[in-house]
Amino acid sequence: MSHGPSEPSDHSSAGKPAPKRTPLYDRHVALGARIIDFGGWAMPVQYASILEEHKAVRTGVGLFDVCHMGEVEFVGLGAVDAVEKLVTNDVRKLVDGQARYTAVCYEDGGIVDDCIVYRERHDRIVIVINASNIEKDIAWFRKHTDGRTDCVLRDLSAETGLIAVQGPHAAALLDRLAHEAGFSALKSFHFKAGEMLGVTVWAARTGYTGEDGFELFCPASEAARIWDALLSAGGDFGVKPCGLGARDTLRLEACLSLYGNDIDQTTTPYEAGLGWVVKLDHDFIGRPALEQKKAAGLSRKLVAFVMEGRGTARHGYPIFAEPEGGAPIGIVTSGSLGPTVGKNIGLGYVPIARAEVGQTLYVDCRGKRIAALLAKSPFYRRSAV
Amino acid sequence: MSKDYPNDLRYTNDHEWVRINGKIATVGITAYAVEQLGDITLIDLPKEGEKFARGAQLATVESVKAVSDIYAPVSGSVVKVNVPVGDSPEMLNEDCYDEGWIVELEMSNPSEVDQLMTSAQYEKELSDNAH
Repeated sequence: MSHGPSEPSDHSSAGKPAPKRTPLYDRHVALGARIIDFGGWAMPVQYASILEEHKAVRTGVGLFDVCHMGEVEFVGLGAVDAVEKLVTNDVRKLVDGQARYTAVCYEDGGIVDDCIVYRERHDRIVIVINASNIEKDIAWFRKHTDGRTDCVLRDLSAETGLIAVQGPHAAALLDRLAHEAGFSALKSFHFKAGEMLGVTVWAARTGYTGEDGFELFCPASEAARIWDALLSAGGDFGVKPCGLGARDTLRLEACLSLYGNDIDQTTTPYEAGLGWVVKLDHDFIGRPALEQKKAAGLSRKLVAFVMEGRGTARHGYPIFAEPEGGAPIGIVTSGSLGPTVGKNIGLGYVPIARAEVGQTLYVDCRGKRIAALLAKSPFYRRSAV
Repeated sequence: MSKDYPNDLRYTNDHEWVRINGKIATVGITAYAVEQLGDITLIDLPKEGEKFARGAQLATVESVKAVSDIYAPVSGSVVKVNVPVGDSPEMLNEDCYDEGWIVELEMSNPSEVDQLMTSAQYEKELSDNAH
């Protein structure tokens, strides 16, 4: 048996520096997780079963260690102005305690990263960035805020713990540990500070699963204690620790982009279906290029598809217009079984003329072309409460 | 998951196991392989009568996270495939040595069995590779 290209690289693979550990690493090992190297971090890919962890988030509540993600603060009277220039979405309209998903673009419109901007006050903003992009992003942010005297940037990644609590019972679980804080009253994409287990944490009603839930910011030194408390307090909610495997199947069903798979420096937000986070009525890096691209129209687009035959599309598989012959017309960026939708699903870039929902395309799954039906995005949407 | 490697089986570097009964070699994948794959969601089986040289791709197994080839541990032709496993590949996660066998090969060169590892050799191989 040999592993195909989608198998994550093994933790023990030689020739690379030892992967970094989050404050929860020992917990993952004690819980029997399988650990992989994910962008330089030793992270749990699964504890017992990706399918069970996925289900826990859709029906109960799941905990994710996302301490590896980066946090950057912008402090000073120029914080809003500085961040506005860096991101495609319009953060000027945010109120205190509000968060917004956005892209960060290069001058040519390619994507530096996707992130969430949290406005605490008019003079303090925190941006949460992808773990694998921390150094690149911070260098980019520094380069483009250099010379400002009204805003100071600081990397909070090492001192900040981040735990995602996701699932229909997430709010009830937080109430159990922090009933005074009123986190369960937060609206989507809002956050507030409150006390939990004697520590001041931030709870944000955000996530990466397509489910209701929160992300808890805490001091890194308190992350393990909070993790333990959440696990032991949520037994009757079916709380489960969840790894990167379930995080990926959950986000894919919800059609949330994964940087490095679905979006990167060669894709624009428009192509990626993220035009809704580009607001052209404010000044930001990449705006002229994106204006031009918008006016010129798209040549390709990220589409969602459901496999009709037996086969799983995986990152990098070619897409064809015909069941045989011809040249590839596109490429798969993400693919997996969608455990809740019960089908093999995927995302990929195809020419705009082939991007219509209902069309059949063919994914070359290791030499076999399997029919794939273009579907409406997302594959999964939680029902309104 | 238990990491048992039954004594009556022979093993390959690629994490297949083989149970020998006369000229018939029953083939499956080891507990180690199953653990590496995680939840198995799909298995592509060969057809009865198909012939495979030792080391040729015999079947494909997919899990939520990975796709892997299963190679013929010995040369031979397929006399039986485990149809229930094709329909319910998660059986491999539950029992990869008995209910979860994959194919039976009629060996064309039974002396190839001598090149397969014993359970002790296979376990040593696994622990050597872990460090």
